[in-house]
Amino acid sequence: MAEEVKLFKTWSSPYGLRAVWALKLKGIEYESIDEDHDNKSPQLLQYNPVHKKIPVLIHNGKPVAESLVIVEYIDETWKQNPILPQDPYECATACFWAKFGDEKVLPSIWRVFIQEGKAQEELLGQAMENLKFLEEQLEGKVFFGGEKIGLVDIALGWIANLTCMLEEISGLKLITQEKFPLLFGWMQNFVCTVFVCLNPKPTERPRQLGGLQALDY
Amino acid sequence: QRGHSFRLQEMGDVKVIGAILSLFCTRVEWALKLKGVEYEYMPEDLRNKSELLLKNNPVHKKVPVLLHNGKPIAESLVIVEYIDEAWKENPLLSQEPYERAQARFWARYSDELVMVVFNACKSQGEDKVKAIETALKSLAFIEKEITGKKFFGGDEIGFFDLAMGWISYWLNVMEEVGDMKLLVADKFPSLHEWTQNFAQVPLIKECLPPRDKLVEYFTASVTYLRSLAAQSP
Repeated sequence: MAEEVKLFKTWSSPYGLRAVWALKLKGIEYESIDEDHDNKSPQLLQYNPVHKKIPVLIHNGKPVAESLVIVEYIDETWKQNPILPQDPYECATACFWAKFGDEKVLPSIWRVFIQEGKAQEELLGQAMENLKFLEEQLEGKVFFGGEKIGLVDIALGWIANLTCMLEEISGLKLITQEKFPLLFGWMQNFVCTVFVCLNPKPTERPRQLGGLQALDY
Repeated sequence: QRGHSFRLQEMGDVKVIGAILSLFCTRVEWALKLKGVEYEYMPEDLRNKSELLLKNNPVHKKVPVLLHNGKPIAESLVIVEYIDEAWKENPLLSQEPYERAQARFWARYSDELVMVVFNACKSQGEDKVKAIETALKSLAFIEKEITGKKFFGGDEIGFFDLAMGWISYWLNVMEEVGDMKLLVADKFPSLHEWTQNFAQVPLIKECLPPRDKLVEYFTASVTYLRSLAAQSP
């Protein structure tokens, strides 16, 4: 029986991109269904009644929701080009850092860019501290996953995509070569590997920060 | 006996840095006990965190932390999955990828619900009403998952049950302190029955903290947080 793989996502969501990258790394053919955030399809609501959000992966009719759960599912279902390490301790470490990215790094960076003035300065400290932890994790490595892209790279990939865009719009430089040389280098490597080799659609750039909906999922 | 000492050798040195009242820490103990792994419990005073904790979880500075042969792992659900991978007997997660994905999805959902319920507990007025509404909607989804099953894992307790385990004990304390009723038996009959089945399992029961201490802790937290809220503009 032929595999049927569909992915509900939006054009801009970094969470949806995680699933795209995982599928492309594994060389899996899939049908892409782009949702409109303001006008969700009945199918999406049926497949993810709990959160009503993308991404949702449908594999032979069965839905999987939550981007990192989807990435792990993809890794466990298709064994080529492993995304997670085999060793339980390394696997747990990867899951820890992926979670850290979502729960701390992403919100702290987002908050910096949507504030101004004194409030922004205060939030900057927290974001920098979080980025320092990531910088340390890259010591002696090309990717967080080592020689190849792994779960943490996929989970943090939005940094390569979104931060540059936010920096350009707001004029505030967060990840510079002086402050975070390893992270800066990682962003280049990641963009090369994923955006050139795996080639998802290039994103449009909204003019105003207020119009940015890239983090809705 | 030989079997016993071979087992100890296999287990390695296992320590849990935890706080007795924490539902996240209890999850880790449940997982270790279900696997028959012996461990040393190192209780933390969270108002005065030890060097051991700060060194082994510099990122979050929180409990629980598992130390396996000196190597630290933090975040309760990450720890439970690690325990499942490191010790293969009595599997907590299915081998089947789709079932694993479902269990992981609901485990995350459970952690979101902890925050919603605590929020409902400490909030007042309109905020409380909204939080309760959200919690009830979430419980309805969870009710569907347990309907027709003894445990979320099927006939045996699994990862999904351990993630939801707080509902069988901590939830009721938060209901009492927050003066609210969430898990009502006639509204959520299957989930209510599961709480009875789950909390009665000896390995589960023996890890539960004293209820009066929990009530004391949540009462103090809620009083403190409400006083902070009253002060802010």
